[in-house]
Amino acid sequence: MKVSAIITLKKDVLDPQGKVIQQALDGMGFENISEVRQGKYFEIDVNENDPSKAKAVVEDMCKKLLANLVIENFKIIETQ
Amino acid sequence: MEVNEQIAIEHGLKSDEYKKICQLLKRTPNITELGIFSAMWNEHCSYKSSRLHLKKLPTKGKKVIQGPGENAGVIDIEDGDAIVFKIESHNHPSFIEPYQGAATGVGGIMRDVFTMGARPIANLNSIHFGSPQHKKTKNLLRGVVHGIGGYGNCMGVPTIAGQTSFDSSYNGNILVNAMTLGLVKKNKIFYSKAAGLNKPVIYVGSKTGRDGIHGASMASASFDEKIEEKKPTVQVGDPFTEKLLLEACLELMAGDSIIAIQDMGAAGLTSSSIEMASKGNLGIEIDLNKVPCRETKMTPYEIMLSESQERMLIVLENGKEETAKKIFDKWNLDFAVIGKTTNSKNIELFFNKEQVAKIPINILVENSPMYDRKWKKSKLPKKNKIKNEVLNKLKIRDVLKKVLSNQNICSKEWIWQQYDHTVMGDTIQKPGGDSGVVRVHGTNKAVAASVDSSAVYCWAHPLTGGKQIVAESWRNLISVGAIPIAITNCLNFGSPEKEENMGEFVECVQGIGEASKYLNFPVVSGNVSFYNQTKEVGIKPTPSIGGVGLIKDYTKMISMDLKEVDNLVLIIGKTEGHIDQSLFARIILDEKNGPPPEVNLFNEKNNGESILNLVDKGYVKSAHDISLGGLLVAISKMCIKGNKGIKFHKSKNLINEIEYFFAEDQGRYLIEVNKEDLKEVTKILNKNSIHHEELGIITQNDMIINEKTKVTIDELKSYYTNWLPTYMS
Amino acid sequence: MKSSVITFPGSNCDRDMDVALKKFGFNNKMVWHDDNELPKSDLVVLPGGFSYGDYLRCGSMASKSRIMQSVINFAKSGGLVMGICNGFQILVETGLVPGVLLRNKYLEFICKNVFVKLDNKENVYFKNLNKDILEFHIAHNEGNYFCTKDQLKEIKDNNQIAIYYCDKEGKIEDQYNPNGSIKNIAGIFNKEKNVLGMMPHPERMIDQSLSGEDGSIFFKNLINNIK
Repeated sequence: MKVSAIITLKKDVLDPQGKVIQQALDGMGFENISEVRQGKYFEIDVNENDPSKAKAVVEDMCKKLLANLVIENFKIIETQ
Repeated sequence: MEVNEQIAIEHGLKSDEYKKICQLLKRTPNITELGIFSAMWNEHCSYKSSRLHLKKLPTKGKKVIQGPGENAGVIDIEDGDAIVFKIESHNHPSFIEPYQGAATGVGGIMRDVFTMGARPIANLNSIHFGSPQHKKTKNLLRGVVHGIGGYGNCMGVPTIAGQTSFDSSYNGNILVNAMTLGLVKKNKIFYSKAAGLNKPVIYVGSKTGRDGIHGASMASASFDEKIEEKKPTVQVGDPFTEKLLLEACLELMAGDSIIAIQDMGAAGLTSSSIEMASKGNLGIEIDLNKVPCRETKMTPYEIMLSESQERMLIVLENGKEETAKKIFDKWNLDFAVIGKTTNSKNIELFFNKEQVAKIPINILVENSPMYDRKWKKSKLPKKNKIKNEVLNKLKIRDVLKKVLSNQNICSKEWIWQQYDHTVMGDTIQKPGGDSGVVRVHGTNKAVAASVDSSAVYCWAHPLTGGKQIVAESWRNLISVGAIPIAITNCLNFGSPEKEENMGEFVECVQGIGEASKYLNFPVVSGNVSFYNQTKEVGIKPTPSIGGVGLIKDYTKMISMDLKEVDNLVLIIGKTEGHIDQSLFARIILDEKNGPPPEVNLFNEKNNGESILNLVDKGYVKSAHDISLGGLLVAISKMCIKGNKGIKFHKSKNLINEIEYFFAEDQGRYLIEVNKEDLKEVTKILNKNSIHHEELGIITQNDMIINEKTKVTIDELKSYYTNWLPTYMS
Repeated sequence: MKSSVITFPGSNCDRDMDVALKKFGFNNKMVWHDDNELPKSDLVVLPGGFSYGDYLRCGSMASKSRIMQSVINFAKSGGLVMGICNGFQILVETGLVPGVLLRNKYLEFICKNVFVKLDNKENVYFKNLNKDILEFHIAHNEGNYFCTKDQLKEIKDNNQIAIYYCDKEGKIEDQYNPNGSIKNIAGIFNKEKNVLGMMPHPERMIDQSLSGEDGSIFFKNLINNIK
């Protein structure tokens, strides 16, 4: 079963990349943006048929490795 | 929010400190004011436990332009040039988030240097981790190294030297000390003293977010189980913005717009604004609505205590706002006039047109607490008697292998290869030598720098340990042919509230003071980091010393690699066979007690100055000081680097061979000289009454120690280089 | 001979390149990324560093800066454009040279001397060089050159590979590949060979007291070829 996770920076944590990307987009003429924040996306194929178990495994991965909980949040976004 | 004693205590203030605040203000502070007090009066900003003792350090000298008290120290390197330098700790944040903690440590120290108008030309670091077996060590090491590299590499400043050690006392509290050297013209140094009334106060750099609120208080709190709760206060570094800030500041500094400038480091806007006003004996008024903010709905409390990185506060000359704004616009940085200097001698803050804080500045600064903490004097431990039977059972080769591959001796190339050490095109001695050396761009001069610490010696006997590190820093500069000029110190200790830890601090500082005074090697900047402990256990006392020296003609620089077959290697200084507290005693004999080697400052000075004399005359082909691990480790490194061997002369010494090879007696060097120069070299050494002996003659390959012991250079290399990459893979 | 070095926000080898070019006789000008027009130049250099902090993808945002349009036009009209390290990454993002530069295989920044072998001397950059193997210096985190099979075939067919990582005898083997680059590629040309992108920094090898002097050989030869 495939489970996806999105890792984003916590709300109040500075995102230097996002800030510079926004400035660059602005310079290219995309003027209507107030903020850009970037993150990471993972697709993980878990050998598990029970969706809630599969999600739990990925959640555990996020907590232990994929996300740096000091500065990042994670969201398990879909299962299929 | 109503402020009371409980809230003050949660801010890290002591009960009597809170009472003193109410007394001085003649009222209860509001929450913003309490935040300001807690930031200004904590250990990190106020030096309340250390001030009394730091005053005793020698800080003046003919070459000293600026001693402690500014953003960094400044020394004269002739021809109108000056070097600005300082070392600073970022221990607690690095333990919580190693990458960001180390990165922002590097960023902070570079800002301290370019705030003074100097372009950073070299970075160094001293990093200390727990036992390699401890479960956190590997990740912390990797994170810290990536963080240091991530920031310094992006800034385009070479990292030219460093020190890494492992000891279980750092298991729960690693140390990350970062040092930066900058180059400035003597007549273009900028200071943080504000002057003049109604001068605009300017905010430049990144926006203010909720980063590191109460980071400065965190740096003064020891680690316990509650550490998880403190996590969100870690700041994120943005080296790209700092690079822009550096270029923008230097561009503005080329003109005459700036009266005073101060970076927003620990305790951000609070300490920078108060320090500038305090030094100028002025007041300051700030409209917090004008501070560029990254988040919505930030409160005055948050704005004042935010530790967002890459920000500066500037007092400008009237009418220069447009000139300055143009420069910061060009570099795409925030720029805002947020206030002005006043004659009220108060700090006054306004938010939504209301006054939200008003505190007399002298209360915050001069009346900040100062403690004469109780401390315990340590006795010199008794010497251990080591039986000859124990030593005689040991094989030199086996011991050498163990010592050379020990984590505290072995090559740290895995680390420094991740640091850009050649950018700026002036690095003439890379990491891995006794000191890093960079040329002063476009001149014949070069500046040497090294960073050292000897926690084991300081732990065994703080007074001797303190002296020893200064002496070692001095030797590391001499070994590259540099005239030692001054030092910066980063004093990492446990809790000042514990008599043992406070005693370690007091006596280490005394030792540092004695040695730097005798060697005319003054302390021009530094930083104190207390509360390096987990629960009740403090780290080994770890003062780090950053030494800086000058090479007047860089073509005369010395390196440690053996140069030529048939040259002789001389040992300068006497080998008495002091084994206690040596690496050998620790890892081979499993003996942790005993006194550290004695430091004879007369010999240190005499030996060092004589070597400089020999260097100047061109007699020294390579040199290396003998320190951790002893004589055999020192010569092994020279062989490895030079890819040459050596055949030892038959030893005439009377002490046991093992003691001779692995003792850590101080004041010693190895130097390579040409046979033809031997007579003249000996004459000079004898004239100065310097103990010296011939170790051996350089050969094409193999280190031949005696009839029974021959080690190939490849073997030496594998002992020396394998440990770290294997550990990290 | 006139040269121009472009300074992007975050460039940090721009001064080093300026020093090197002047040392070997170029009349060099520094050009700001936000300028519209290139000054008249015989050679344009995109220097190393961390333009825009290496954020998003290395070189991606610099490739969109204002000056780059005239650099691209200059290159397309046959002008000499050389990208070093981050400059190479920028060139790749503009499409002037094929391929991409990925993160180093061992995921670590690497700063050290390496040997490179010249593949092709039929171009203005290496013509008349009396050496086939040069000792250069690298310092990067994203130098792992990658391209598709078809692209690889095409750049081989067109002799677009400029230099390979090798040992001091010129052996091109995996163990001498510092970053995982496909086929040990350290630098490539465009089809016409007037645009060169490479990871190593010749400007850090121009002095006996520095890492070495093979950079001097490269620059001396280059200015002679342009004359």
